[in-house]
Amino acid sequence: MRPILMKGHERPLTFLKYNREGDLLFSCAKDHNPTVWFADNGERLGTYRGHNGAVWCCDVSRDSMRLITGSADQSVKLWNVQTGAQLYSFNFDSPARSVDFSVGDKLAVITTDPFMGLPSTIQVKRIARDPNEQSSESVLTIKGPQGRINRAIWGPLNKTIISAGEDAVVRVWDTETGQLLKESDKETGHQKTVTSLSKSADGSHFLTGSLDKSAKLWDARTLTLIKTYVTERPVNACAISPLLDHVVIGGGQEAVHVTTTDRRAGKFEAKFFHKILQEEIGGVKGHFGPINALAFNPDGRSFSSGGEDGYVRLHHFDPDYFTIKM
Amino acid sequence: MAVDMGKLRWGELEDDAEDLDFLLPPRVVVGPDENGVKKVTEYRFDDEGNKVRVTTTTHVRKLTRARLSKRALERRSWPKFGDAAHEDAGARLTMVSTEEILLERPRAPGSKAEEPKVAGDPLAAMGKAGAVLMVCRTCGKKGDHWTSKCPYKDLAPQTDSFVDKPPGAESAASSAGTGKGAYVPPSMRAGAERSGTEMRRRNDENSVRVTNLSEDTREPDLLELFRTFGPVTRVYVAVDQKTGVSRGFGFVNFVNREDAERAINKLNGYGYDNLILRVELATPRPN
Repeated sequence: MRPILMKGHERPLTFLKYNREGDLLFSCAKDHNPTVWFADNGERLGTYRGHNGAVWCCDVSRDSMRLITGSADQSVKLWNVQTGAQLYSFNFDSPARSVDFSVGDKLAVITTDPFMGLPSTIQVKRIARDPNEQSSESVLTIKGPQGRINRAIWGPLNKTIISAGEDAVVRVWDTETGQLLKESDKETGHQKTVTSLSKSADGSHFLTGSLDKSAKLWDARTLTLIKTYVTERPVNACAISPLLDHVVIGGGQEAVHVTTTDRRAGKFEAKFFHKILQEEIGGVKGHFGPINALAFNPDGRSFSSGGEDGYVRLHHFDPDYFTIKM
Repeated sequence: MAVDMGKLRWGELEDDAEDLDFLLPPRVVVGPDENGVKKVTEYRFDDEGNKVRVTTTTHVRKLTRARLSKRALERRSWPKFGDAAHEDAGARLTMVSTEEILLERPRAPGSKAEEPKVAGDPLAAMGKAGAVLMVCRTCGKKGDHWTSKCPYKDLAPQTDSFVDKPPGAESAASSAGTGKGAYVPPSMRAGAERSGTEMRRRNDENSVRVTNLSEDTREPDLLELFRTFGPVTRVYVAVDQKTGVSRGFGFVNFVNREDAERAINKLNGYGYDNLILRVELATPRPN
C-alpha cells in the first residue's frame, strides 16, 4: 500500500479519531491545534485554534457536528466541526487528559491529571444541544486512582465508565453512583502504566496497551481478561479492527536500544495481531519515531497512525489484507 | 493495399499504420442520450490494410462515490477553516508515500531478508513471531539471516582478504609522503598546479554535508538522490572500516552553487530510508 503522509503538526501526535461515517479524521498533537482531514485522500480540511497547550485527546459526536478536545492548558473545549468555531470551554484546575462522548452525545467523561497536590479525577459533564445553555457543572466527579488516568471511556449503554492509567489497574465505575464496581487483577493485569484504551466497534470488549510491552483484551461488562498480545516495545497506542479479527498495536522503543546495529530497531512499526489467535500477523513500518496514536476507519478498510515525528500516515489496505490466512 | 495512394510518396508509407490515420474518416461520438447510451464510431486499418469501422456502444452511468453517504458528500464541499483557510495549492502537507509499504509477515528463520512476503504466503504463515536468534557475523544484524546469506558479504573484515593487495585509494595519499621517499607527487611539488586546487576549492564551496544517513546508505544512493538538482562531481559517504556500516554522514559536491542550495532547501528534513536527513552547506575545510 502507499500510505498518505500528512505533516500538519509540528509536534508529536497524541491522538487520532475517525468520525462515525469514516470520512473525517481528527488528529491531536502537542502543538495546540487539533486538525481535521478528509479520510480518503488525506487532504486537510481545517484546524481548531484556541488551545494553549498540548491537546491530548478528542472525540467527535455521532453526527459529526461537535468536537470535544482535552488539553494540557486545563481546559476542555467544544467546537463546531464545520466552521472551527469554539462553542464552549470547560475549565479545570489541572490538565485535562482524556475526553469521550457518551452514546447519544449527551454526556462527556473527562479525566484530569494530578497536579499541584490535586488528585486525578474523572468528571462527567452534561452536553447541551444548544451551546448557549451549556453549563460547566459536573454531573459526577470520581476521585480515587493514584497517578494519572490516561484514558476513560463509556461502558456499554453508558451504564459504566472504564478507566485506566499510571497505576496499571483497569477500573469500572458505576455512572449513577460513582462507585467502583470492578478492578483488574494485579497479577494478571498490566504491570506498568496503561497508556491507551480503545473499544471494539460494538463496545462489548476493549483493548488496553501498556508500557509493559503488552496489550490486553478485556470484556467490557465483566472485566475478564480475554487475550494478551506481547510485543518487544512499550505500547503507546492500540486499536481494534471493526471489520476483521485483528488488533493493531503501536509503540515506542526503549532508549537503551537506540544505538543497536539491528536495523529493524530503528524502524517504528504498527504491529498487527490476530485478535483471537494472539499471533503476530505482521508490521507496517514507516514512522520515524515512536507511534503515539492509532485508529481504524469504521469501515475497517484503512487505518491511520500518528507518530512522535509529527506525521500522520493514512494507509488504505491492499486487497490481499482481507484474505490473510493464519 | 486497398488504400488510394493519391499524392502520397512511398517513402512516407514505410512506417506503421498509425501514420495513415488521416486517410480515415474521423471518429464520431454520439453522446449519451436520455438512456445514457453512447455510440462511438471509429475507423482503422486492420492487419491486412483493410479499412475497418468499429462501433462501440456503451451505457454511461454516473458512478457517484458509492462509499460516501449523503452527509459525508456534503462535508466534502465544506470550506476550509483555521490554518487551512489560507493554504495555497503548493503546500505539501499531504503527500503519497514514494515507497511501497507492505504489511510484513514475520519471517521464518533463514529466509531472505529483502523479499516482500505478501499475505497468504504459506511459508510466512508457518513462521512464528520472534525468529530464532541468529546473528550474522558480517553485518551484525540479528534475527534476519545467517552469515552465509548475508546481503553485505562484500563488507567482510578486510584484515585477512586484503593483506597482500595494494593499498586502496584512501591510503594512497598517506603512503605517498612516507613510503615513497624521494618521489614527491605532482600535487605537492613546488609550483603545483594551482588551477586544479582552485577548482577543487571552488567545488568545496558547493559541497553539501548530509547527516543522519541510515547505516546502509552508500555513494550510489546519495548520487541518485542529489543528481536531480544538478551535475554532481563527487559523492562521499563516511564508512567505518571495521564494521562496514556508514558513519551516518557524507558529502555531495555540486558543480553549481545554486544546485547545491536548491538541494539543501528541498532535502533538508526529507525522510530517507526511515531517517530524517539533515542537509547543509559543508563548512570549508581549514587549510
